[in-house]
Amino acid sequence: MINYIYQLVSPGIFSIKYSDIDSSNKVIVRPKYMSICHADQRYYLGQRDANILRKKLPMALIHECCGEVLSDKTNTFKKGQKVVMIPNVPGKMRKGIFENYLQDSRFLSSGYDGFMREFVELASDRLVMFEDIDERVAAISEFVSVGVHAVNRFNLESHCYKDTIAIFGDGSLSYVVSCVLKSIYKDTKVVVVGKNINKLSYFSFVDQTYTLDRLPHDFKMDHAFECVGSSGSYYAINDIIRHIKPQGTVVLMGVSENEVPVNTRDLLEKGLNLIGCSRSGREDFKKAINLMSNKEFCNRLKPIIYEDMPVRNIEDINRVFSTDLNTMFKTVFEWKV
Amino acid sequence: MIFGAILAGGVGTRMNISQMPKQFLPLGDKPIVIHTIEKFLMCSRFDKIYVGVNPEWKLYMKDLIDQYNLDKDLIIIVDGGTDRNGTIINILESIKYDFGDRDDHVIITHDSVRPFVTLRIIEDNITSVLRTGACDTVVAATDTIVTSEDGKVISSIPNRTNMYQGQTPQSFRVNLLYDLYNDLKEEERETLTDACKICVFRGYPVEMIKGEVSNIKITTVSDYKIAIAMVGGKGLD
Repeated sequence: MINYIYQLVSPGIFSIKYSDIDSSNKVIVRPKYMSICHADQRYYLGQRDANILRKKLPMALIHECCGEVLSDKTNTFKKGQKVVMIPNVPGKMRKGIFENYLQDSRFLSSGYDGFMREFVELASDRLVMFEDIDERVAAISEFVSVGVHAVNRFNLESHCYKDTIAIFGDGSLSYVVSCVLKSIYKDTKVVVVGKNINKLSYFSFVDQTYTLDRLPHDFKMDHAFECVGSSGSYYAINDIIRHIKPQGTVVLMGVSENEVPVNTRDLLEKGLNLIGCSRSGREDFKKAINLMSNKEFCNRLKPIIYEDMPVRNIEDINRVFSTDLNTMFKTVFEWKV
Repeated sequence: MIFGAILAGGVGTRMNISQMPKQFLPLGDKPIVIHTIEKFLMCSRFDKIYVGVNPEWKLYMKDLIDQYNLDKDLIIIVDGGTDRNGTIINILESIKYDFGDRDDHVIITHDSVRPFVTLRIIEDNITSVLRTGACDTVVAATDTIVTSEDGKVISSIPNRTNMYQGQTPQSFRVNLLYDLYNDLKEEERETLTDACKICVFRGYPVEMIKGEVSNIKITTVSDYKIAIAMVGGKGLD
């Protein structure tokens, strides 16, 4: 069967690649709802290094997606089963190493075609089924699973004093991490520090929000999550080092194209624990789906989701990427090619 | 009930590169017709998918279905006719015989040599035919179309914005098409080689479904080369 793969061939330009599907031992899924990640947008806008673009394009974008099983040679799923797709394709598993950090893991939409295809063929363990979740919310499962993964690692590696956790950043990632933290650490004070007061107003469920300029000098937290990225990473990380209590854990999640100078003197002096977090694996997806099956949690995510018109062709793909530049949080759309 | 009808009755007189009917030529790693049937099998709305094949190639078709491990419970192979409409009529009669004479039966007919059809086009056809009784897949014409009565001089140049190129699937209520066809005189049947044209000739409205430029019909050697290039294969020389 010939599959339509919508590849970004150079920034802003898509082309269809026609390719035969090998469905042996695979599940064939039809993508239904997709969500745009900053990483997709950086490829689309050509903000990655020219060498990286040369190496990775042409490539189908999008790694946040839910869909429906059309056929399954593995007999794991029934036809019509709603599933979320895991973009991480792990290499050889090693005990104690998370699948998303294995050196021979592949990631669909980073060097390999993402989910902008007519059909996606995946191994059965790269799918997690769901039932009662709004598909527009299920589309951001991968994004939620990244938050789950970060909180899980934080839980494994941080000390037990968790009176106050601060999250630096006021974007989608900060929002999702806050949601996950509030659902797990019910007695912990969760504080969000950001720049944009409009965005911060969405964080109605956290205990406190501050704009950076109003953050009290004597503000202290036990641990922190950095969800800023880009050029803001430098300021966020050093603000965190300034305000965090000794031996706190700092989870770094924001992606920066440039190297970031860090105040290592204070970092060493406070004995801080830095955890780099990126992507997620099957267990994180399962936990994310569990969380999202809770109606309250699911409804909590809805305010950050903007649903654009369905995508039926390449012009529509350009339109949703353009829309995404003007939405505050996540852009989701139905895939109807 | 909803039936697929893959028209694979041809014996390939225009391809000149093989004795094998063009629908059986390889495209990538499998025959063209297998790509087409596989795409139809992705649509869960079909109750059965009929494949009309020249009687001499029926066994070969069965072998292919086995070889590519397609869902045999869904596929019914029937004899193709002497021409395109003949194959469609054979399939219509098989449906009536197998599943009864019912007004709610609809058929989604498709050229076996259009393997680039998309699931979206198939589903749009089903949705339309259930509502309207007849629909055709088209793309807006990009070239200027000229008509000529004698093949030498242009008779007219119609307004391009009103011009479309017909593709398949073409979809119909089974009874509607069957009755319209049987109502035709013999000489009318010879000129009305397109099933949608029969509806239009009899004044039955046919809804247009948006096709894809890529949904090409592999008819000539050039088409075949283009199709091979589209899936990233090496050209034939």
